[in-house]
Amino acid sequence: METQAVFDMLKGKFGDAVVELQGAGFSPAFVVVAPAAVKEVSRFLKEDPALSFDSLMCLSGVDYKEKFAVAYHLHSLKHRHAIGLKVMLPRENPSLPTVDDVWPAANFQEREAYDLFGIAFEGSKDLRRILLPEDWEGHPLRKDYKYPDFYHGIKV
Amino acid sequence: MSPDPAHGQPPGPGPPPAAPLAHGSAPFPGLGPEAHVMVGNADLFVNWARKSSLWYLLFATACCGIELMQAGASRYDMDRFGAVFRATPRQSDLMLVAGTITHKMADRVKRLYDQMPEPKYVISMGSCANTGGPFYKDSYCVVKGVDLLIPVDVYIPGCPPRPEALIDGIMSLQKIIMRKKNYGAKA
Repeated sequence: METQAVFDMLKGKFGDAVVELQGAGFSPAFVVVAPAAVKEVSRFLKEDPALSFDSLMCLSGVDYKEKFAVAYHLHSLKHRHAIGLKVMLPRENPSLPTVDDVWPAANFQEREAYDLFGIAFEGSKDLRRILLPEDWEGHPLRKDYKYPDFYHGIKV
Repeated sequence: MSPDPAHGQPPGPGPPPAAPLAHGSAPFPGLGPEAHVMVGNADLFVNWARKSSLWYLLFATACCGIELMQAGASRYDMDRFGAVFRATPRQSDLMLVAGTITHKMADRVKRLYDQMPEPKYVISMGSCANTGGPFYKDSYCVVKGVDLLIPVDVYIPGCPPRPEALIDGIMSLQKIIMRKKNYGAKA
């Protein structure tokens, strides 16, 4: 299915929660979704038989300096089509609902986004740091991250 | 060399100098031509024993570990130098730090080193373990050299070093071990 058709379908079902289509003609184009609606949109994308995006290929955090974003790359093994999903978040206390009950593979990726960007995923099964030590301070992939001088007495 | 009068050595030609004994090749009188005897001090014997059984801890944290495996496998065969791998620090004499050490790993490195029995040696293999290597600049998570954590005996440059370089590092460590003084008064 073409991305424009997927976007029209989502727009018809969710209305204003689906904001815009970014990069139409690119593969995959991104459908920008309001943070509160991301779980319902994800479940619809996975369970609708005409879409059936059964594979979450990648979940990434993005720092745009004035705001954060979470980007989902989805693929359907059944229909062989792909689409991107993007959620824009404010700079202060970025948080959005988890999708780990829709795609269980989301858990590790959400933990990575939480670890490196400090994006909170509400209702997650297990939201802990995944790469850095538990007592690490700050989120290193944020553009305003300040390196610590020492960690456990070792120069960084 | 002039004779020392304090020792009362008579002037004139002394006995002819004995032929130098080659290690392990000199037959001793009365023991037959097959008898091989090596004479040395206790340090020589202990150091020889230590350098000949450098069991190393399997500690591969990055791509240097691939070269380490290759050096231990049949083509390069570090077993020739008495270096075989051990999967536990409690049986190891040598810690081969092969790869990048992150701050999360640093506590584990120190703990593994502390679990090794004395005497213990450390070889830092590759640029990451030496200085942080490609992660030296602008990395928040990589320790800039394993010598910030534990004492290092030999550094091997390379990214990663070839097995020949690793074997050269092990032989350098063997030379260092042969120079150690274990007995006698400390200066």
